[in-house]
Amino acid sequence: MKVQLIRLAHARSGDKGDTANVGLIALQPEFYPIIEREVTAARVKEHFKGICHGDVDRFELPNLGALNFLLHESLGGGGTLSLMTDAQGKTFSTAMLRMQIDISEEEARSLGLT
Amino acid sequence: MKEKIRIAAGQGFWGDLPDAPVRQVEGGPIDYLMLDYLAEVTMSIMQKQRARDPNAGYARDFVPLMRRILPACVERGIKVTANAGGVNVAGCAAAVRDVARDLGLAGQIKIGIVTGDDILDRVDELLGRGIELRNMDTDEPLSRVRDRIQSANAYLGAAPIVEGLNRGAHVVITGRATDTGLTLAPLIHEFGWAEDDWNRLAAGTIAGHIIECGAQCSGGNCQFNWQDIPDLANVGFPIAEASPDGTFVITKHDGTGGRVNLPSVKEQLVYEMGDPHGYITPDCVADFTTIQLADGGQDRVRVFGIEGRPATEFLKVSISYSAGYKAVGTLVYSWPDAYAKAEAADKILRARLDRLGLQFEQILTEFVGASATHGSLAGKPSPDLAEVQLRVGVRGDDRKAIERFTKEIAPLILTGPPGVTGFAGGRPKVEEIVAYWPALIPKNEITARVEIIDA
Repeated sequence: MKVQLIRLAHARSGDKGDTANVGLIALQPEFYPIIEREVTAARVKEHFKGICHGDVDRFELPNLGALNFLLHESLGGGGTLSLMTDAQGKTFSTAMLRMQIDISEEEARSLGLT
Repeated sequence: MKEKIRIAAGQGFWGDLPDAPVRQVEGGPIDYLMLDYLAEVTMSIMQKQRARDPNAGYARDFVPLMRRILPACVERGIKVTANAGGVNVAGCAAAVRDVARDLGLAGQIKIGIVTGDDILDRVDELLGRGIELRNMDTDEPLSRVRDRIQSANAYLGAAPIVEGLNRGAHVVITGRATDTGLTLAPLIHEFGWAEDDWNRLAAGTIAGHIIECGAQCSGGNCQFNWQDIPDLANVGFPIAEASPDGTFVITKHDGTGGRVNLPSVKEQLVYEMGDPHGYITPDCVADFTTIQLADGGQDRVRVFGIEGRPATEFLKVSISYSAGYKAVGTLVYSWPDAYAKAEAADKILRARLDRLGLQFEQILTEFVGASATHGSLAGKPSPDLAEVQLRVGVRGDDRKAIERFTKEIAPLILTGPPGVTGFAGGRPKVEEIVAYWPALIPKNEITARVEIIDA
């Protein structure tokens, strides 16, 4: 079944030059293994198609139940050069939470997601 | 040695809630007030101000703030660390000294002045010696923008601030210093941490990272259960309550709004994060993957287990340069077919710009209310949207072309799709772009200087 990431995680995003960072944090410790398994760099690159024009790097922070993503070439030049409403990438966090991921009915049931 | 040192953050950026530092001083016990004033391109604004007036060039708001809080700080023994000095640290310190004397605090206050960060006058000499100051993001050499540089400052770390405190300063004012150094320095000063005690230096650095954005770790901009966060109107700014062993608690004053809990602290920890294994500052390299958090009760989060590594041989340099011009024009289209009308207006506008032969380095159209923040992830816009804001921005080196663009927005009202409004602000303004150029410089090129003056 499909589960939207907003049911599994919260997030905060920011900028460093033309790179947006998205920190994705599991809402409960037992959700972390799912986001770690499902929300890969490749999956994020695909999700932000047309928005992120560069590579996506992923880093794991199991100590915080969190993943950190760097989305390069995403902010129209970044900083004061950018013409975007969201030149600082502040809303990439919620854009990330729109992602739909596939998990089995059984796993969803065991995590109370059905 | 004190068993606990409470460091309160008073500003998350220059322009944050004006009364927050006052409330930190008056709202409960603290030992230090930390104030961060410098965003990436703030120094260029201050350079311009100083060019017009040799007494200007620092965060002006800091002086009236000190007038309000200095008496209470003296009475309660609260010290202040602030990077309010911009490109005129001595001028800022002199203004604070005058305020202290006005308040009858002469002889009771020492002010520490940290300089040595400003390398604007040394850029040619550095380039001449082969220090290229390449852009950390793009790897281009600085020579590409040499004639357009407006400011150049190395980020100083905690060490000179510690020296100021060790020499008895009650208020330490710096130019470009890292936000984290403003928090770490009091801990080194109070607890006598060694300069190679990497784990504790990393802990103090991470404490600084958590509180440096003000209320963004205590309930502000917090996504987790945001509807339930109490009384943001009265939001409490964060306090790091640190122990000599390098553990600390993030909290806020009793009776304030907002919330400090595991999710609020985690959200701030990941904010503007790069590689979590190596958060690099002048003082150490902190490893965010070692951070342990625990619930410490109501509005208290315990932070422990932090590990760090030796600092690098480089300092980051923040250079600002003039990078052309931009302007942004907006109009609002209403139901029915708000999105379709905004889209049609954009086509008309672009056809007119083409006919005028205007060249821009970049032109960007956004539809606020439909897709400006989430792009195609927002899905197809509903035909029932109540309104959509058309927002068109242009950027380029040719000021005249940008100016001509600003004259093409208002005419759309009488010469484009119907149901349009939202032009009360007049023609869009042409803005000069001051862009940011991050670079590295060997540490041995930079010598921080510390001076102490008496009020």
